[in-house]
Amino acid sequence: MSREMKQKLAFALLTVAAVVVVVPVLLVAGYIIWRGAGAISLEFLLSAPRSGLKEGGIFPAAVGTVILTLGTAIVALPLGVAAAIYLSEYARDDLLTRLIRMAIINLAGIPSVVYGLFGLGLFVLFLRCGTSILAGSLTLGLLTLPVVISTAEEAIRSVPQSFRVVSVSLGGTKWQTIRHLVLPNALPGIITGVILGLERAAGETAPILFTVAAVYLPRLPRSIFDQTMALPYHLFVISTQVPGMPVTFQFGTALVLLAFVLSLNAAATIIRSHFRRRRSW
Amino acid sequence: MTTTGVPAKIRVEDVSFAYSNAEALHGVSLDVYPNEVTVLFGPARSGKTTLLRLLNRLTDLLEGTRRTGHIYLDGQDIFAPDIDVTELRRRVGMVFAMPIPLPMSIRANITYGLQLKGIRDRALLEARVEGALRAAALWDEVKDRLDAPASALSGGQQQRLCIARILALEPEVILLDNPTSGLDPISTSKVEASLHELKQRYTIVAVPHSVQQAARIADRAAFMLGGEVIEVGTARDIFTRPREPRTRDYVEGRFG
Repeated sequence: MSREMKQKLAFALLTVAAVVVVVPVLLVAGYIIWRGAGAISLEFLLSAPRSGLKEGGIFPAAVGTVILTLGTAIVALPLGVAAAIYLSEYARDDLLTRLIRMAIINLAGIPSVVYGLFGLGLFVLFLRCGTSILAGSLTLGLLTLPVVISTAEEAIRSVPQSFRVVSVSLGGTKWQTIRHLVLPNALPGIITGVILGLERAAGETAPILFTVAAVYLPRLPRSIFDQTMALPYHLFVISTQVPGMPVTFQFGTALVLLAFVLSLNAAATIIRSHFRRRRSW
Repeated sequence: MTTTGVPAKIRVEDVSFAYSNAEALHGVSLDVYPNEVTVLFGPARSGKTTLLRLLNRLTDLLEGTRRTGHIYLDGQDIFAPDIDVTELRRRVGMVFAMPIPLPMSIRANITYGLQLKGIRDRALLEARVEGALRAAALWDEVKDRLDAPASALSGGQQQRLCIARILALEPEVILLDNPTSGLDPISTSKVEASLHELKQRYTIVAVPHSVQQAARIADRAAFMLGGEVIEVGTARDIFTRPREPRTRDYVEGRFG
C-alpha cells in the first residue's frame, strides 16, 4: 500500500471513530424524544402523580431534582473551591498533599451506590438528618466534590503566574491576590466545572435512593428535613416497580430529565464562551 | 553628578543569593543614591535581575532560596522580621521586562494596588489615576477610554501604564527590569525620556536593554559579571574611563 493510501485510510478510520461517538448520543436523544414527546403536556409537567403513579404528572419529582441540584451546589461549591485554592495556591508538594490528591482521585472512582450507603450511614443515621433533602444534598455533594475540585484547580492554575507576581509587587498579600485577581479570572472555569459536576449529580439514582428519595410524595417538600421525589428515582420506580405503567410516561420522564441535564450543559457552554470572549489574555 | 554628603537610599551589603539549583549573587555590595538613575548592566546571567528582585523581596515568592548579607532602605534592614513586606513593595515598585497589564480596565489597573492598600475614597482614587497617568506621560492618550481593557493598548502604552500603576502608589524607589525589551524605538525613547522626569522625584534602579541604553539613562552604573559587581561608579567614569579591564572590554563591545 502506498503512503498516500495509508494516509487516506488512517484519515477515514479516524473520521469513522469520531462519527461513531456522536451516533449513540443522537440515537438516545432522538429515541427518547420520539417515544416521550407525546407525554409532555402542561398537566404532565405541572401536576402530581395519581392513581398509583399511572396518571397525573411529575411535578414534585421535577421540583425535587431542581432542589437537590441546588443543594448539591451549596454543599460542593464552597468546599470544592476552597480545597482547590488550597491545593493550587498554598499546598507544598509533601506527603499530606499527596494523600489529599490520592483521596480525591479515589473519591472519583467510588461507585455511586457506595456513596448512597455511606450517606445512609453517616448523614441519615449517625448524624440523624433522617431521610431528607439535607442528607441527599450532602451525599450528592460528596459525589460531586472530585469533579469540582479538579476543574476548579485547573481553572485557578490557568491564571498566568505573571499576574500573581504583579499583584504581589503592587503590595498585595497572597490572599488579596487570590481574592481580587485569581478567583475572578478563574470563575468561568470554576462555574463550568461545578455545572458539569451538578449534571452528574442531577441524574444519579443510587445516592438518593437511601438518603432522600420518596416513591410517592405528591406534595412539595416543606423543609430541608423533608423527603422529596426526584426524577431519576421516579423514572426507576415507574420503569420497574409499577406493573401496567404507560410507556409514554416513562419516556416522558426520561425526556424531562434529559432536557434538564442538557440545559445545564448549555448554560455551562454559554457561560464559558461569554467569559472567553471577554478574557484578554 | 556629585553625591558627596547625600546618604544612600539603598545600601546593599555583601549580599550572596542562591536559587534552589544555582548561585546567582556572590558578595555584592552597592549604594543607590536618591534622585539618580542607577543602572545594573552586564551580560546575561550576571545577576542583575536577581539583585533587582531582592530590592523589594520579590525573591520571597520562590522556594528553596538562600541569602546572606543585608539590604538597607533608608537605613532599615528590609529583611528584618518586623518589616511589613507589602509596605516595602509599595515603597519600592517594580516594572517588569514585558508589560503585564492586569486583565482589567486601564483605570482598574491603576486603582488595583491602591484598593489593596485600603483606599476606597472615589475622589482620591480618581485623582491618583489622573496624576499617575500624567506622570507616566500616558494621560493624553487614554483619558477618553479609561474603562477600556488595558490589553487594548499598544506595547509602549502598556509599559507606561505599568509605570503609572507603580507611581499611583507614591513609591520612593522604582525598579525597572529591562523595561523597553519589547518596545519599538519610538516607545523606547518615550520611556527613556520619562525616566529623566521621574528621577526628579524618585530613586530609580534599572536593568537596561543594552550598554548604549545604559549610557543614555544612567547617572551611576554598576557593571555585573558572574554574580559579582565588578565596578561601580558615575556613568561618566564607567562608560568613558573604566578602571577594570573587564568593564572596558564589555563597554567597548569586546564580549557579551
